[in-house]
Amino acid sequence: MLEIKNINVHFGVIHALKDVSLTVEDGKIVTLIGANGAGKTTTLRTASGLKKPTSGSILLDGKDITATTPQARVKMGISQVPEGRRVFSTMTVLENLELGAFLRRDKDGIAKDLATVYERFPILADRKRQAAGTLSGGEQQMLAMGRALMSRPKILFLDEPSMGLAPLLVQEIFDIIKVINETGTTILLVEQNASMALQIAHHAYVMETGSIVLSGTGAELSQSEEIKKAYLGG
Amino acid sequence: MEQFLQQLINGLSLGSIYALIALGYTMVYGIIKLINFAHCDVYMIGAYVGYACMTYFHLGLLPSMLIAMAACTLLGMAIEKIAYKPLRNATRIAVLITALGVSMFLEYGTMFFVKAEVRAYPSMTGWMAQSFQVGGVNISMLQVIIMAVTVILMILLQFIVKRTRVGRAMRAVSLDKDAAELMGINVNSTISFTFALGSALAGAAGVLVGVYYNSINPLMGMLPGIKAFVAAVFGGIGLIPGAMVGGYAIGMIETMVDGYGNSLYKDAVVFAILILILIVKPAGLLGKNTREKV
Ligand SMILES: Nc1ncnc2c1ncn2[C@@H]1O[C@H](COP(=O)(O)OP(=O)(O)OP(=O)(O)O)[C@@H](O)[C@H]1O
Ligand SMILES: [Mg+2]
Repeated sequence: MLEIKNINVHFGVIHALKDVSLTVEDGKIVTLIGANGAGKTTTLRTASGLKKPTSGSILLDGKDITATTPQARVKMGISQVPEGRRVFSTMTVLENLELGAFLRRDKDGIAKDLATVYERFPILADRKRQAAGTLSGGEQQMLAMGRALMSRPKILFLDEPSMGLAPLLVQEIFDIIKVINETGTTILLVEQNASMALQIAHHAYVMETGSIVLSGTGAELSQSEEIKKAYLGG
Repeated sequence: MEQFLQQLINGLSLGSIYALIALGYTMVYGIIKLINFAHCDVYMIGAYVGYACMTYFHLGLLPSMLIAMAACTLLGMAIEKIAYKPLRNATRIAVLITALGVSMFLEYGTMFFVKAEVRAYPSMTGWMAQSFQVGGVNISMLQVIIMAVTVILMILLQFIVKRTRVGRAMRAVSLDKDAAELMGINVNSTISFTFALGSALAGAAGVLVGVYYNSINPLMGMLPGIKAFVAAVFGGIGLIPGAMVGGYAIGMIETMVDGYGNSLYKDAVVFAILILILIVKPAGLLGKNTREKV
């Protein structure tokens, strides 16, 4: 279980996160939705350790991990698919996937997980010797997801996986997210595509200018008048 | 023809030295986008360490070179930790100015300890002092050693960068620090390792220059340093093969101008090349012309 408790994050004078609290229970899909600049990415970056909060704490399975490095958090089972995919463009698909398993030493386990990733994303197997930068946007998203799975995470953060993808591909990505969750990985999903996110989420949080303003089950929020107006286009 | 081949051999020897130094510039630039002006002084200190090993401890060339490489490795890591790491989030110009400061500190600090005078490396004896003729071209054993050592170090470097875990981390960090961090890569220690590698190569170059040209002084790094930097830019700054190609190219051009034209112009020609490259193909010979992301 991941618990974010009252974190505040500043960039210089900008107060980007204000007392943000959220909980991601094991086995669930939790989504964090909100408009541009609301602070969704900052929340994930802080939870991954890339950004230090000015106050508040982050707990993983009850253990305070606020002061730990991103490396330590990867080891503890946190993995992130960052906004914009951020694949290592001049390295091959296979090298990217192997980097996902950077901290692991169990050769057999890595080989097994690689096979699973290829099974889930067959296109990556076809392209494994190709430079990641030459893949299409959708393929890069799959690579970024595969790479994040190679650390065998307990909890996976996804930052706008549908960004810039054609509707058909968005559906495919969301189906895969569901499968990943069903095979035992907890998911924290950041999305601007609120309707899609609310469909698959067990629980949802809505963020506005650095604060959580609403939360509830996915079904509740998709019925909420406020949400419909603000995020679901009527 | 014979003269051309002779210049070719001389150019390859000089180019080897430039390539070894250029690799350090290019690796550090590749990973933290810094032109490490202090790099040429690491090379100078490598030359002094080698000098001390050979003169005072009467060690052979190879052990002296290895000791110089080890000393430079530590020096390079110390420079990074003390001078650059605290500035990781500072503006690039602030880091650049710091690099200039470190460079001067090393030059004049060294001068304080060893005096400004030029020192002569002990001359080689035995087989290393020999030279032989191949079809009218005179090749000294030292030239063979320089070229061989360079090639061996380059192969070793390629192996580290392409095949090892830490090499893979280096490439990942140079492409995207945040993404690398999310893979569980320790960015700080990877940067430190990059300085270590580059500095070790500079240390080797320092000792090789010492035995080849016989004379060293605390400011000896400046000109070769700038030329090696030109070599790195020529090949494409940030690209390891670029530094190798650039190093040999600059060494070759310099000896050819020296041999066929006028030795007074050889330095000017190198800088003319830098200007030309920056105008025509700023990304360098092996680089792709992309605009730098801010
Ligand atoms: N490195 C940074 N330096 C300064 N301000 C930043 C930085 N990163 C984010 N911010 C600010 O913090 C706020 C939240 O940004 P964040 O990227 O977390 O939003 P977001 O919800 O992910 O938006 P989007 O949906 O556009 O990705 C914004 O006002 C942004 O300008
Ligand atoms: Mg974002």
